[in-house]
Amino acid sequence: MKDNTMKLEIPSKSQNEAFARVVVASFAAQLDPTIEEIADIKTAVSEAVTNAIIHGYESKIEKIIIECNIIDNRLEIIIEDFGVGISNIQAAREPFYTSRPELERSGMGFTVMETFMDSLEICSEENKGTKIKMVKEFNKPSFEE
Amino acid sequence: MLIENKKTSNKIGGKEVNIKFNNQKNTLFVDLNGELDHHNAKRIREKIDSEFDENGYKNISINLKGLNFMDSSGIGLIMGRYKLVNELGGRLFLTNVNFRVNKILDMSGIHKLVDIYENNEDVLKHL
Ligand SMILES: Nc1ncnc2c1ncn2[C@@H]1O[C@H](COP(=O)(O)OP(=O)(O)O)[C@@H](O)[C@H]1O
Ligand SMILES: [Mg+2]
Repeated sequence: MKDNTMKLEIPSKSQNEAFARVVVASFAAQLDPTIEEIADIKTAVSEAVTNAIIHGYESKIEKIIIECNIIDNRLEIIIEDFGVGISNIQAAREPFYTSRPELERSGMGFTVMETFMDSLEICSEENKGTKIKMVKEFNKPSFEE
Repeated sequence: MLIENKKTSNKIGGKEVNIKFNNQKNTLFVDLNGELDHHNAKRIREKIDSEFDENGYKNISINLKGLNFMDSSGIGLIMGRYKLVNELGGRLFLTNVNFRVNKILDMSGIHKLVDIYENNEDVLKHL
């Protein structure tokens, strides 16, 4: 059973990168995270939302959906776009792989998400969109019984 | 009761990056403040590059002291400035690299390309 949940819809404007990571960090606060854990979450969310904006929608303004669930001591973050999708997920996950070097992308976004979160799942279909699910586990119980 | 009238945008993450320049020993010293994400990276890149081109520097030194957020867009920005100076035989320095930024730099192997020092004085000693 979910302990708590939230859902946010934003247009794919780059100023929403900061907004999205702050909202998710605020939601995560109820798990009593460390400053380090909050920084991990902010960075991972920033990566996924940025990808939806620059790769998924290629700078068209469309909707991004962010959903968070708290289940026991676990925070799930789901970030979804309905853009171009990823044709080769395995290649995209490789460190330094980027399809947009001309935009000075480093190709390290998925590596950062993987490093800072406990798990990362990528579901994507070409011309349908991309859904990223990330999970972070916390040591302390989130709610008193 | 005290009423705080100050704008809150800085505290809720809407802060843009401020840039300050300073020139010594052929080196462009850049101070970055705020949050380095994709939204801010483009403007920072344009400002640094136009200053670099206009005034014919050899090296760039970026002070990250005031940076309170950086994601992989920062790696792209740093790699890009490295390429710029490297083509002209110059060096790229980073100073005041905090724990969080260092974690991201570590993943990218940037340590092998750029010179990381405590602060600007240390950079000047090595020029
Ligand atoms: N939401 C998305 N929609 C379409 N393609 C994506 C999406 N996210 C990532 N990708 C693809 O995966 C690649 C790797 O992503 P990432 O590791 O974040 O590196 P970068 O963003 O620096 O290119 C991108 O260059 C892009 O081709
Ligand atoms: Mg990315």
